[in-house]
Amino acid sequence: MEELLDVRDLTVDFMTKTGLLTAINEVSFHIKKGEIVCLVGESGSGKTITSLSIMRLIEHANGQIADGTIRFAQQDIAQMQQEEIRKIRGKKIAMIFQEPMTALDPVFTIGFQIMEVILRHEPVSKEDAWKRAVYLLQRVGIPEPKIRMNQYPHELSGGMRQRAMIAIALACNPELLIADEPTTALDVTIQSQILDLLRELKDEFQMSILLITHDLGVAAEMADRIIVMYTGRVVEQATVHQLFEQPYHPYTQGLLQSIPSIDVERGGRLHSIKGTIPSLTNLPSGCRFQPRCPHATLHCESHEPMLAELDGRQVACWHAKEIAERDKDGLLFQAKPASGEKQRAEAGTQEDPNRKVLIDVQDLKKYFPIKKGILNRVTGQIKAVDGVTFQIFQGETFGLVGESGCGKTTLGRTLLRLQQATSGRVLFEDRDLFQMNGKEMREARREMQIIFQDPYGSLNPRWTIGDIIEEPLRAHGSLQGQDLKYRVQELLEWVGLDPAWYKRYPHEFSGGQRQRIGIARAIALQPKFIVGDEAVSALDVSVQSQVINLLCDLQSKLGLTYLFIAHGLDVVRHISDRIGVMYLGKLVEVAPTDELFTHPTHPYTKALLSAIPVPNPERRRSSIKLEGEIPSPANPPSGCRFRTRCPAATERCKSEIPELKEVGKGHWVSCHFAM
Amino acid sequence: MIGFLVRRILAAIPVLFGVATLVFFILRLLPGDPIALMLAGAPADEETMNNLRQQFGLDQPLIMQYFTFLGHIATGNFGQSFVRSEPVMGMIGEQFVSTLMLTLASTLIAVVLGAVLGVISAIHRNGWADFVIRIISLLGISMPTFWSGILLILIFSVHLNWFPATGSGGFSRLVLPACALGLVGAGFIVRMVRNSMLEVINEQFIMTLRSKGLSERIVMYQHALRNALIPAVTMVGVQIGELLAGAVIIETVFARQGLGRLIVDAIMNKDFPTVEGAVLFTAIVYVVVNILVDVSYSVIDPRVRTSN
Repeated sequence: MEELLDVRDLTVDFMTKTGLLTAINEVSFHIKKGEIVCLVGESGSGKTITSLSIMRLIEHANGQIADGTIRFAQQDIAQMQQEEIRKIRGKKIAMIFQEPMTALDPVFTIGFQIMEVILRHEPVSKEDAWKRAVYLLQRVGIPEPKIRMNQYPHELSGGMRQRAMIAIALACNPELLIADEPTTALDVTIQSQILDLLRELKDEFQMSILLITHDLGVAAEMADRIIVMYTGRVVEQATVHQLFEQPYHPYTQGLLQSIPSIDVERGGRLHSIKGTIPSLTNLPSGCRFQPRCPHATLHCESHEPMLAELDGRQVACWHAKEIAERDKDGLLFQAKPASGEKQRAEAGTQEDPNRKVLIDVQDLKKYFPIKKGILNRVTGQIKAVDGVTFQIFQGETFGLVGESGCGKTTLGRTLLRLQQATSGRVLFEDRDLFQMNGKEMREARREMQIIFQDPYGSLNPRWTIGDIIEEPLRAHGSLQGQDLKYRVQELLEWVGLDPAWYKRYPHEFSGGQRQRIGIARAIALQPKFIVGDEAVSALDVSVQSQVINLLCDLQSKLGLTYLFIAHGLDVVRHISDRIGVMYLGKLVEVAPTDELFTHPTHPYTKALLSAIPVPNPERRRSSIKLEGEIPSPANPPSGCRFRTRCPAATERCKSEIPELKEVGKGHWVSCHFAM
Repeated sequence: MIGFLVRRILAAIPVLFGVATLVFFILRLLPGDPIALMLAGAPADEETMNNLRQQFGLDQPLIMQYFTFLGHIATGNFGQSFVRSEPVMGMIGEQFVSTLMLTLASTLIAVVLGAVLGVISAIHRNGWADFVIRIISLLGISMPTFWSGILLILIFSVHLNWFPATGSGGFSRLVLPACALGLVGAGFIVRMVRNSMLEVINEQFIMTLRSKGLSERIVMYQHALRNALIPAVTMVGVQIGELLAGAVIIETVFARQGLGRLIVDAIMNKDFPTVEGAVLFTAIVYVVVNILVDVSYSVIDPRVRTSN
């Protein structure tokens, strides 16, 4: 195959207040015609900077190309004038971005934004541009394209906006499409639709794709070749099969082991890479991965390894050869089953008939009124949670999964009475939470805590972390003075932070450390029950596994019960004893974790499971495709709510609401055709 | 949209009622007798003065006067001027045209100058252009209009002799007062537009637009500016109020006709109905402008359009 893009020794500097900061260093790679190359790495690895540099957009982000060449179609983009590169942008190289919510101009119509790029680059009339835009919208799978042309971005769902973004990118038949985390903000079912679309379009438009992702599952599914980056350097470059068969670089190995994949044994501790990703201002000497590397030697501390050819791939590691020799059988990166240290699933939760119910949710409903008109009359209800019944047993982890908008977050908040329920009951240790008065509720709050998703937004930036963790203790007046301080320091130690950091402020910590602070705050009052609302979703893979391990450790140490809410099924599978699947405000399936994954019964669960990208290129999905998107909870379909997207729906599903019924031991499904 | 307008207009009623009440009582709290002023020191006997009081309803108890006043304005009758014995409404109408011209001209200057300089300032953030523009905007905000007005007269009338110094009527007499007034508004709008532009420039969609190969001019003036104007439009609404207030001073400095002059003269003469009418009229203009500003949101921002 012919080379389309050839990047050599690309170095990009950023202007900061303290001087130049080198963000990526001597990055080299190429993309052939018709190839999909994935750029993989965690935050701060420089993958986005690399992609922006190829478009020379980096100059608009305060950066500058300090060294290296970017050859594209016999020209060096790195040397071009902005005037010249503008003729290539959008025409020969196009880009799609991560956040479909913010990547489109909110005050212009979708049609205008597609036509704009066509009219910029092609000598066509407005009518022809309009026709082509309509064709593109239809081609990327947007229903009623002519109506959409005149709509504004906010009138489209996230998935639809990302399709519109793809339509813009494809408008002038680009030769190279750069997709920067195109599906990260989307639900798994929508993600799999978009990934399929990209693959189809790649062949149809005969283009190459540079796909940037942090998700190794997505990379395994899409890529021909993978480039792994770490702190601004390429550490490994290999074909997708080489890389997943046997990663050579210790960082790649660590990354692959950290994923709580649905392919590997559950219940054990997750492998995690020690430490955190260093900041670019404070890079370690020698090899940048050396402080976190299990194979590091003195040589690694003083000498930085260059990317070198080895067995038909490229690795930047002094010990790559030995490591490769030693793990020839490829077993190293298979997560080892638990070595007896933590078999909490069997600790009496699943089988024991006498296990105690801690939380008993009975027909819980939470409606939000829709107000309209001059008098703000209530014209409808958004049925966020619509009659949900389930129990959480003492000491277990109950996982709650579903796409965004299914009501899982509302359910979590309503059952803690952080929001007033519309109807239904929640019994906490047989006491009705909704009947409690102020004083009783305050007492009950001690026992029930929540960990939020956003480690940045959920900590007060003006308070020291000592104050933050102290607050619940002070509010409940249990401790004072020195005792209080000792307790906070003990908590810091429990969550793996240095007690001496007591006086520091949240901005001094990384995302993973902040989430640990949130956890320390949650366990400060020794609660019995903790709701983790997407508690690890915002974290990088290598850090995410550390936090998951911490949560598991604290559970066995303190006898905690978790309700773990997440959209990531792989994480939920790893941590949960039982899982509930939600769709449009209703629970559609509840089952013990292994049962759910081996015998998913509800068509929605099946589709959800098959939509997860598996980090194994040999097992690319033959998935059950879900058509369309989740309907509005203000106006849910009659009968079974899933019927509009269900491949097996019949007339009966239209008229009759399926009840949640037991199909196996502890396995509940609400589907007319569940076996 | 209709519902929104109805709600806004209904909400304006208490505002106008409050303004009417305040201006009524404040005027009556001021020392001095309007009848005595009306006679301008001419000797008059007790009876003539009582007759005049009766004629203008000033012999009634205060509370009665108040309700009569409310009744009149509710029916759109602003009464007759004590001094000129003509309907206040007509006097306001006459003078308002002049003030309207001044306000519109200075708003135009403020918006155009403010938006263009604001964008330039944001694009060249921390460069010399930004530096110069920020100093100009600071000067515009901090210079009192009566002073900048006199300065403009000195430079452009006395020294350069480009424009007439005082008086009203015609384009040439509008330029200097409109500039004096517009500079203040421009100063505020520059800062507003600069700040919101800086925010918009960092939005992801700006990168998308650049990735489409569009020129910086289109990215900035067609896309970014339209987004940045959304918060700036509120500022314009507030500014028009400032401009109306500023007109009082500017009209005096430039010896122009106008609502401001009318009010100032009427206050001096304790011409109650004229002051009341003019103040109320100004309040109505202010309320209407702000409703228009809210409506204009939905023109600029499609997100507001659907939620209404």
